[in-house]
Amino acid sequence: MADWISSIQSKFILNFIEDDRWRYLLDGLVVTLELTFGALVIGIAIGIIVSIIRTTHDKTIETMRPGPGRFFLILLNAVCKIYVTVIRGIPVVVQLLIAYFIIFASSTNSLLVGTLAFGINSGAYVAEIFRGGIMSIDAGQMEAGRSLGFNYVQTMRYIIIPQAFKVVLPTLLNEFIALMKETAVVGYIALKDLTKGADIIRGRTFSPFMPLFAAALIYLVLVMFFSWLVGKLERRLRTSDH
Amino acid sequence: MTINRSSSDVIIKVTGLQKHFKGGGIKALDGIDAEIRRGEVVVIIGPSGSGKSTFLRCLNLLELPTGGTIEFEGVDITDPKTDINRHRQKMGMVFQHFNLFPHMTVLRNMTIAPMTLLKKSKAEAEEKAMALLKRVGLEDRHGAYPSQLSGGQKQRIAIVRALCMDPEVMLFDEPTSALDPEMVGEVLDVMKQLAHDGMTMAVVTHEMGFAREVGSRVIFMDNGQIIEENTPDMIFSNPQSERLKNFLAKVL
Repeated sequence: MADWISSIQSKFILNFIEDDRWRYLLDGLVVTLELTFGALVIGIAIGIIVSIIRTTHDKTIETMRPGPGRFFLILLNAVCKIYVTVIRGIPVVVQLLIAYFIIFASSTNSLLVGTLAFGINSGAYVAEIFRGGIMSIDAGQMEAGRSLGFNYVQTMRYIIIPQAFKVVLPTLLNEFIALMKETAVVGYIALKDLTKGADIIRGRTFSPFMPLFAAALIYLVLVMFFSWLVGKLERRLRTSDH
Repeated sequence: MTINRSSSDVIIKVTGLQKHFKGGGIKALDGIDAEIRRGEVVVIIGPSGSGKSTFLRCLNLLELPTGGTIEFEGVDITDPKTDINRHRQKMGMVFQHFNLFPHMTVLRNMTIAPMTLLKKSKAEAEEKAMALLKRVGLEDRHGAYPSQLSGGQKQRIAIVRALCMDPEVMLFDEPTSALDPEMVGEVLDVMKQLAHDGMTMAVVTHEMGFAREVGSRVIFMDNGQIIEENTPDMIFSNPQSERLKNFLAKVL
């Protein structure tokens, strides 16, 4: 028993204490969080814009008067559709490599490239989530807003989007959690995130158990923490649903 | 809100209004000519599918007509150059399914449009909203969310929400059809009060009692056309067309 404990102790010292190896995990965690939040912000921004274009097209094109506005909307909608199809049809690792080695080949800032790549990727999924949310709001809400004199954009902003946001919040959380775990492949473009950090320790110490389980545990705790946080937020938003 | 009821200036003038829905070539409205004068309560009746709701929804362009014109206060609102949003501010609408904003309190439901569109201060908008709530006996519910209200309460709130914009005319699209029978009265009472105060109203309803008692004019529609138009007395006691006689025989 004492042997076992002292063996664990020496493994712990070897993997985390010696040469300050815990720093690989901490620095990696910071990179993972930066990447995830940066990509989330980009993804939500893209997602809101794309979903509004798509739903506006689907709901109003039938009744829209011919003219440049109508043509522009059809064009935008086509661009958004292609974007969603392409992004959702290609593995994120491939997108990441294309972004790093081809599109932004001149950039040496792999954190920025990684954030952009994951953000653009996430945007396609968030767009579909938001689109479902907007479509789920009763048509009477738009009519009520318009009948009071709000224009289309104002009705979306004050009446439709806040309700749609509430509907999609749980799904959005799932996307956020999936995104955080997906960023673990960012080591492909030489970015030292949490996973890469753990793998570096493994490479140095030839002792895979502790660094890999440490990384796994940190991901798990993060996911549980964010689930709890959004659950709280959801309960607050639900006050209007008694 | 006291408007001289004897004045006969036309507030809405509809000429040759048509609405064809795409596919199937159904003519929901087939050449409607009508006028609504200031202070009038025009009640529109007819069997389901007669186009009465479509007609009402065309008046503020929630439904885009495919032909004809609608003049509101002398302006042709079917002209694409007209800013419909400005005109809608003066045309309140009440829906069958209330359509209150579920994510806002009652008070916020009532103040968001005047504050955003008429640039009223919060205090000013809330003062007016509270006064209107008091008139419909719901001032103690100002902090509630729509899901906490009964159907009758929701519809009364929907009516005063529209009134917060100081509309020139109120459009009612079957306002009591989604209500439990015991709640119909409280909503009709508010509408009667409103009519009594001189509000110009266009009401699509199945409540023949309301039409007879409050209406200044009744329009009977069928198959997208106006079949008969007269005072409530004449419509109910002396119907001319076979279709109106048939309809009345079924609903009375």
